[in-house]
Amino acid sequence: MIKQTHLTDKYKAVVIGGSAGSFQPIVQILSSIPRQFPLPIFLCLHRLKHVRHGFVEALSIKSQKEIAEPLDKESIKKGVVYLAPANYHMAVELGNSISLNTEELINNSRPAIDITFESAAYVYRDKLIGVLLSGANKDGAIGMQRIKQRKGLTIIQNIEESMINAMPMAAKNIVDIDYELKVDEIISFLLKLNELYK
Amino acid sequence: MSLNTGEIEIAELRKLTTFIQEKFDYSFKDYAMSSFRRRIRRILDLYKLQTVDELIQTLNTKEDFFQEFVSELTVNVTEMFRDPTFWRVLREHIIPNIMLNHNKISIWHAGCSSGEEIISMAIVLDEMGILDKAKIVATDIDRSIIAKAKEGRYPIKHMEVNHKNYSRYQGKYSLQKYYTEVGSEAIIDKSLLENVSYRKHDLVQGSVFSKFDLVLCRNVMIYFNQTLQNQVLHRLHESLFKYGYLVIGSKESLIWCDIAHKFIVVNNEEKIYKKIKD
Ligand SMILES: C[S@@+](CC[C@H](N)C(=O)[O-])C[C@H]1O[C@@H](n2cnc3c(N)ncnc32)[C@H](O)[C@@H]1O
Repeated sequence: MIKQTHLTDKYKAVVIGGSAGSFQPIVQILSSIPRQFPLPIFLCLHRLKHVRHGFVEALSIKSQKEIAEPLDKESIKKGVVYLAPANYHMAVELGNSISLNTEELINNSRPAIDITFESAAYVYRDKLIGVLLSGANKDGAIGMQRIKQRKGLTIIQNIEESMINAMPMAAKNIVDIDYELKVDEIISFLLKLNELYK
Repeated sequence: MSLNTGEIEIAELRKLTTFIQEKFDYSFKDYAMSSFRRRIRRILDLYKLQTVDELIQTLNTKEDFFQEFVSELTVNVTEMFRDPTFWRVLREHIIPNIMLNHNKISIWHAGCSSGEEIISMAIVLDEMGILDKAKIVATDIDRSIIAKAKEGRYPIKHMEVNHKNYSRYQGKYSLQKYYTEVGSEAIIDKSLLENVSYRKHDLVQGSVFSKFDLVLCRNVMIYFNQTLQNQVLHRLHESLFKYGYLVIGSKESLIWCDIAHKFIVVNNEEKIYKKIKD
């Protein structure tokens, strides 16, 4: 299923975007990958703007991973899952740190997936894996396009499997996506990568 | 600029910031790169410019364009009572603490944007019955946003979030008490802002101009890189009386700055610090 050329230990980071219908897939993914997973994971999920607490806890229940909402300019550590905080855009900065900002809403969202994806694509180039899950709008499509242009790997959740497929569809419509995978397949890909880094 | 993606290269941004430094004496070279690049991209799109070079050309030839450029470059997003729990801590702990030893309070809003934060402060003080004891200075790098702050008029449609924040803050009354609706605008009661003086001030290159009991610099330094954050923190430190308070945005941190030890954390959740060393 996954091409041999994509099974390498060259990757430096994973970005995952999701909106409506992505909570279960995210929990599944985070609960299946080991604590020592070798790459940082940047998670940008659409969320209520004024609910500052509880999301990290909810995601942590079933996961062994360290999940954190970063502070502005926090340094990036391997193996940590960084969740974009409520009402802030989260971007990857050159020099191994994370920036937060309160720029205008994008696609009606803050955090916006496009911002996280584009900034990560810029920094990590072909060493980035982008995963776009279920959602009801088109946020993340431009971000996926940018990842592809920078030669990173693009994965969307299987259209049939997605609870709401507008978001992966929007990406598929403008990008020649590398893989359309079910959540189980995404997990097994990440687990294979995990082996390669050992 | 890469042709197929329209992506702006770092070298182009460097050229731009160097030009601006030389021509206008503003320094943007240490703004956080990811957002600075996006802002420049946005400005190119807005003014239908093809390249950064064209932008430099325009800045060079159109005298009054630079102010507009600064306005578009800076991010002015703000709200009244943004982070309501912070304002509660301010009302319940910080301000009472300052007033323990003083009969007056001096406050600086550094990076005040369109003024919502100032209005929130004035309302807090008013409801505490000490607005007349306050001297408030509000500054920003962007002249046109200061003009807006001075006017104190906001689109009614922006008021919804302000109302929500105010009720989460658990204010005494209704926010309605503090403005009148005229057409599609909310006009803030001018008596709230009598003790506020507004001025243009650049945190990066401007000098230290006074000392305060309380400095709010929220969601401003997130647009700076670490080097610049560090530098600006020195200025903010100098602008505080000993035992004065500094507040930064809820997702910012001082811990990686070299003078972090000159502050103690008063409230980590709300990012309130107290200066303990000169
Ligand atoms: C996002 S707003 C923050 C408004 C308010 N403090 C809040 O937290 O809601 C950031 C403001 O910082 C201002 N700013 C950016 N660079 C600045 C500088 N070098 N000196 C002073 N103000 C600056 C911008 O013009 C903008 O109005």
